[in-house]
Amino acid sequence: MHIAEGYLPPLHAAAWTVAAAPFVVHGARAVVRQVREDPDTKLLLGAAGAFAFVLSALKIPSVTGSSSHPTGTGLGAILFRPPVMALLGTIVLLFQALLIAHGGITTLGANAFSMAIVGPWVAYGVFVLVGKLGGGLSVGVFLAASLADLATYSTTSVQLALAYPDAASGVLGSIVKFGAIFSITQIPLAVCEGLLTVLIVRLLVKVSPAELLRLGVLRRPATTPAPQEA
Amino acid sequence: MSRSALVNWLLVLAVVVIAAVPLVFIGSDTEFGGADGLAVEQIEADHPGYEPWFTPVFQPEAETASTLFALQAAVGAGFLGYLFGTLNTRRRLARPAAVADAQPDDRA
Repeated sequence: MHIAEGYLPPLHAAAWTVAAAPFVVHGARAVVRQVREDPDTKLLLGAAGAFAFVLSALKIPSVTGSSSHPTGTGLGAILFRPPVMALLGTIVLLFQALLIAHGGITTLGANAFSMAIVGPWVAYGVFVLVGKLGGGLSVGVFLAASLADLATYSTTSVQLALAYPDAASGVLGSIVKFGAIFSITQIPLAVCEGLLTVLIVRLLVKVSPAELLRLGVLRRPATTPAPQEA
Repeated sequence: MSRSALVNWLLVLAVVVIAAVPLVFIGSDTEFGGADGLAVEQIEADHPGYEPWFTPVFQPEAETASTLFALQAAVGAGFLGYLFGTLNTRRRLARPAAVADAQPDDRA
């Protein structure tokens, strides 16, 4: 989903940066508030950041014969609400833009908008919705993370389509074209991302049930293994 | 192995299978180039005159770039491991009375 450096016309690059900036600033405040109000969750916050850092480095081959990477932003959005991931996701993108020439500074706003803003909000919305519908934790986490992944890549397709409308079929035709490159490659990878996020949430439930309860991810303490169970 | 650990390993296995299937069935002559790069090719095909108006300040060679990608994954994974170790230790220390009871469960 990284739009390469210099490949968004200046006006588009500026517009996406302006659109993303308030979310990232708000996200920075949310991170500071989280650490101050509940210092015990600092480690979980680190885990959310590290997870996005690892997953966005994994280039996984896909059935279309190209490869792409997960985003890892669903986890943090579920644990800490989306604003936190607006900052953490942007930091990951900045690292990749500066050190690996993956993505770019001029396209950082657009990439942050798709990966650090749209993805996390979709994850959070889906997670809350599944909870309301009575779905279990794993189902909610899986759907949230995988749909967030797809939403990120769909957003990238729209961003590129707006910048490069097809000569004959316009923006819509171009969305289909970039969607074929990104979204279809991404479907199996979104499933991978969903499964990996379920895995990490299961591990977190084991090592940090109290914090997850406090964050509202777990709704009852039943998952803590009772000592006499053994 | 406990049921919980089994489910965790099955999740890992599923991810490995999904990633490996394209490698096995699409064939080894496929390059599996990045989708990000394909998007750039698409733009260049549709707009032959387009020149990127900004170039990366620092552009590592392909080999170096893959090292840096591996480094990114390694640093993140190392940090995750450290965090899990710390969380686990903290949980054990917070419930000293329960540790003796919890250990048989962990070994199961």
